[in-house]
Amino acid sequence: MNIYAIRVIYKYEMRRAFETALQSFASPVLSTALYFVVFGSAIGSRIASVGGVSYGSFIVPGLVMLAVLTQSLANASFGIFFPKFTGAIYELLSAPVSFVEVLIGYVGAAATKSFLIGLIILATAGFFVPLHVAHPVWMFGFLILTCLSFSLFGFIIGLWATNFEKLQLIPLLVITPLVFLGGTFYSINMLPPLWQTVTRFNPVLYLVSGFRWSFYEIADVSVALSLAMVVLFLTACLALVWWMFKTGYRLKQ
Amino acid sequence: MQTIVSISNVSKTYASGYQALKDVSLDIRRGEILALLGPNGAGKTTLISIICGIVNASAGTVRVDGHDIVADYRITRSRIGLVPQELSLGAFEKVWHSLCFSRGLFGREPNPAYLEQLLKDLSLWEKRYSPLMALSGGMKRRVLIAKALAHEPTVLFLDEPTAGVDVELRKDMWALVRRLRASGVTIILTTHYIEEAEAIADRVGVIHQGKLLLVDDKEALMHKLGKRQLVVELEAPLSAVPEALGAWSLELAGNGTRLVYTYDPHKAHTGIHELLQAVRDAGLVIKDVNTIKTSLEEIFVNLVSVKS
Ligand SMILES: Nc1ncnc2c1ncn2[C@@H]1O[C@H](COP(=O)(O)OP(=O)(O)O)[C@@H](O)[C@H]1O
Ligand SMILES: [Mg+2]
Repeated sequence: MNIYAIRVIYKYEMRRAFETALQSFASPVLSTALYFVVFGSAIGSRIASVGGVSYGSFIVPGLVMLAVLTQSLANASFGIFFPKFTGAIYELLSAPVSFVEVLIGYVGAAATKSFLIGLIILATAGFFVPLHVAHPVWMFGFLILTCLSFSLFGFIIGLWATNFEKLQLIPLLVITPLVFLGGTFYSINMLPPLWQTVTRFNPVLYLVSGFRWSFYEIADVSVALSLAMVVLFLTACLALVWWMFKTGYRLKQ
Repeated sequence: MQTIVSISNVSKTYASGYQALKDVSLDIRRGEILALLGPNGAGKTTLISIICGIVNASAGTVRVDGHDIVADYRITRSRIGLVPQELSLGAFEKVWHSLCFSRGLFGREPNPAYLEQLLKDLSLWEKRYSPLMALSGGMKRRVLIAKALAHEPTVLFLDEPTAGVDVELRKDMWALVRRLRASGVTIILTTHYIEEAEAIADRVGVIHQGKLLLVDDKEALMHKLGKRQLVVELEAPLSAVPEALGAWSLELAGNGTRLVYTYDPHKAHTGIHELLQAVRDAGLVIKDVNTIKTSLEEIFVNLVSVKS
C-alpha cells in the first residue's frame, strides 16, 4: 500500500477545496438558505406539519441530502476529470499506485468535503428552524455512507466523461430530477397512489427517508430498507469502478 | 555493461487497429544516454508510454532492473521518471504543491530540502508559489522535469524534451541531461532532431514506422554509416561534369562551380588522389577543396530508404 500517495492525493484535493472556499462552502450554504426562505417560510407557512414535524424542520434532512449529493458528484467528478482534461493524468497512470489508493485519495477527499458541507448546512438550518436528531449515530452513518457512495459515483462520472458537457450531463439530467422527486421536500404520502409507486423506484427516496428517520423517526420506507439500498448502491459503484480500473476504461489504451 | 531496461518483442496495436510498434526489442544500459530517433508517428511515445505504464503492450515484456513492469509495477514505476511530450500540467495549483504531490505519489516520504535543491537547480525556486498556468512554456517544461525527478528515479524518460524550445533552453536542457547522467541516472530521450541525438547521446536507436531499425553507439553508427563528401571548388563554372571524370559519379553544385564526390572514409582506398589528378588533367582550375562529414540526418534518411 502506497500510503504517501493516498496522503498527497487527499491533501491535494482538499487544498483545492479550501483555496476556493467561497465556491466550495459558501455557495452551498447560500443556496440552502434560499431554499429555507422559499420553501420553509413562503410555502411552508401554508403547509401544516408533516407527521407531527413542522414543514421547515421536515425539509432539513432533504436539503442536506440535496447539497451532499450534488457536492459529492461535482467534487469527485471534477477531481478526476480535470487531470484527464489537462493531460496531467499521465502522472497518476505512471505512478506506483493501485486503484485502491487512487480511490481512497480522490473519493475520500470528495466525501470529506461534502460531509463538511452537510454539517455546515445542518448548522445553518439550526438558525432557521428547531432541529432534533433522534438517532445521531444513524444520522452520521447515513450521511457518511451517502457522501461516500455519491463521491464514488461522481468519480465514475469523471472517468466516463470525455468533455465538460458529459461531466454535467448526469448530475443535471438524472440526479437533480431524482433528488427533487425523491421526497426531499415532501412525504410521498402526500402523492397520489400511482406516483407513490413510481417514486419507490427512485433510489434517492431511500436515502432521504432513512436520513429523515434518524432525525424525526418518520419515514416513507423502513430504515432497514433504506440502509440496504445505500449499501447496495455503494457496492454497485465499487464494482463498476473496479471494472473500469481493471480494463483501463477511458484511461489506458 | 549492465542492462537496466530490457524490452523484449514489444508490439502495440491501438484500438483503432493501427499497429504503432512491431516487435521491438532493446536493452538499455545502466548509466547511458540513449536517444530514440525517429520522425513523427514512428512510435517513440508509444514505446515510452508502455514502459511507464500509461499504455498496455499488446505483446512482449519489459523488465526494469530485472522486474516485470506489469507484475512488479510498484517497483519498476518507483524507479522511473517521465517527462511527457506535451505540457500536461494542472492549472491552478502552485509549483511547490505540484512537486510535493509528485514525490508522494511515487511513494517517497516528504523531503523539502531535496525538492528545494531540485527547484533551484532548474531555476524555478523563485516561482515556487506561482500557479502552474501562469508559467511560460519553458518554465512548464522545467516543472515537468522537476516533477519527474521529485521521487529520485534512476531511469528518466524525456519525450521530445526540446521540441519547440529555443536554442538557449535546448543547451540548458542538454547540460542538465549530462549532469543527471553524471549523477548515475540512466536517460532515454526521444527526438526527431538529429543534432540532438548527435550532441548528447551515447547510443542512438533509430525507430521508424513502429520498427526499431538499429541501435548502436553513436560513434560506431557514424563510423559504419557516415559517408564523407569532398567538395572541389572551381574557378570557372561548368555546365556539365566532364566525361573524363565519369568514373567518380560526381555531382555538380553551386551553379557549376562545385564538384561533389561522396566517398567512404573508412575504406583503404578512397579514390581522392586519382580524382584530384583527373580534375587537373581535365584542365580545371581548383580554387578550394573541402571535406564534409555527413550528419546523422543523412544517415537516417539512408537507413529509412534502404530498410523500408
Ligand atoms: N491512442 C491512439 N490510438 C490510435 N493510434 C494512436 C494512438 N496514439 C498514437 N497513435 C498512432 O501511433 C503512431 C505512433 O504514435 P507515437 O508513438 O505518438 O509516435 P511518435 O512519438 O514517434 O511521434 C502514430 O501513427 C499515431 O497516430
Ligand atoms: Mg511522440
